[in-house]
Amino acid sequence: MRCEELSPELSQVADGSVRLGRNQRRHVERCLHCQAELVQHRKLLRALRSMRTEVLEPAPGLLADILAGLEGAGERHAVRSLLSGRRIAYLGGLAAATAAGAVGAVVFTSRTRRARLAG
Amino acid sequence: MPQDVADLIAAAQDGDRGAFDELVRRTYADTYTLAYRLTGNEEDARDVAQEAYLRAYRAIKRFRGDAQFSTWLYRITANCAATHLGRRSRHRHDVLDDSAPVADPRTDHDPQLRADASDLRNRLARALDDLPPRLRAVVVLRDVYDLSHEAIAAELGISESAAKVRLHRARNKLREQLFARRDGRDAGTSRAV
Repeated sequence: MRCEELSPELSQVADGSVRLGRNQRRHVERCLHCQAELVQHRKLLRALRSMRTEVLEPAPGLLADILAGLEGAGERHAVRSLLSGRRIAYLGGLAAATAAGAVGAVVFTSRTRRARLAG
Repeated sequence: MPQDVADLIAAAQDGDRGAFDELVRRTYADTYTLAYRLTGNEEDARDVAQEAYLRAYRAIKRFRGDAQFSTWLYRITANCAATHLGRRSRHRHDVLDDSAPVADPRTDHDPQLRADASDLRNRLARALDDLPPRLRAVVVLRDVYDLSHEAIAAELGISESAAKVRLHRARNKLREQLFARRDGRDAGTSRAV
């Protein structure tokens, strides 16, 4: 087994997502090059994970900008909801007027027929 | 005003803007840090953080609590950063080249100078800055913020296998920059055992 064959696996061995087979383990146990590479991957991962606890201090004004952006978005949402509500009311009124017109037409037609029959 | 994060989330989902603002206050430095690590400069990080909270605000009712709120926010931030960097690369030819370093020349916001950390961590921060953005995003999200390959792929708009390939390449580049050159070893040296 050559180091190149094993190299792609070593970072995954370091993060625990891959386990080496018996032949691969035997190679690493005897190969200083692969052992060094594995140690480097482990050091790298530890250093990367330790960055998780570092929090950068944002420049002043970011929080205010974010909150102002949310305020603006909230107002736009409220206006849209209002317009949407009015649109629903308008369409509802239109539907009611159409229904009333249709009922009126039916009543008028039936009365006209009755009058003709009576005449 | 509730104090517990879960209660704040529930209140925000019921439309309490004050509760959402409190969530912002508690998390914005963390969100900014991730945005900075993904974009590599303060201006883009500010834009990404603002956009992330707007999206979170619109989507808060859909947060089901399957993951931690912070993880949910990281995913939104990663997605915003990918969109932002994609948009920027379409408009500015100078950032089309992925190999171009995106280090911020202003030292007061340079992560490695801010970090009270070891020599390795300082060199790591510089090495991350030198990575192409698409490789840096994957290694930061996976190895620093512990997002799954599936989540990374979804938020960056790539396949899971592409995410894994990028992670492998990013780790190797970082390792070579941090150790191989320092040790004066030839990265290609190998032997059969």
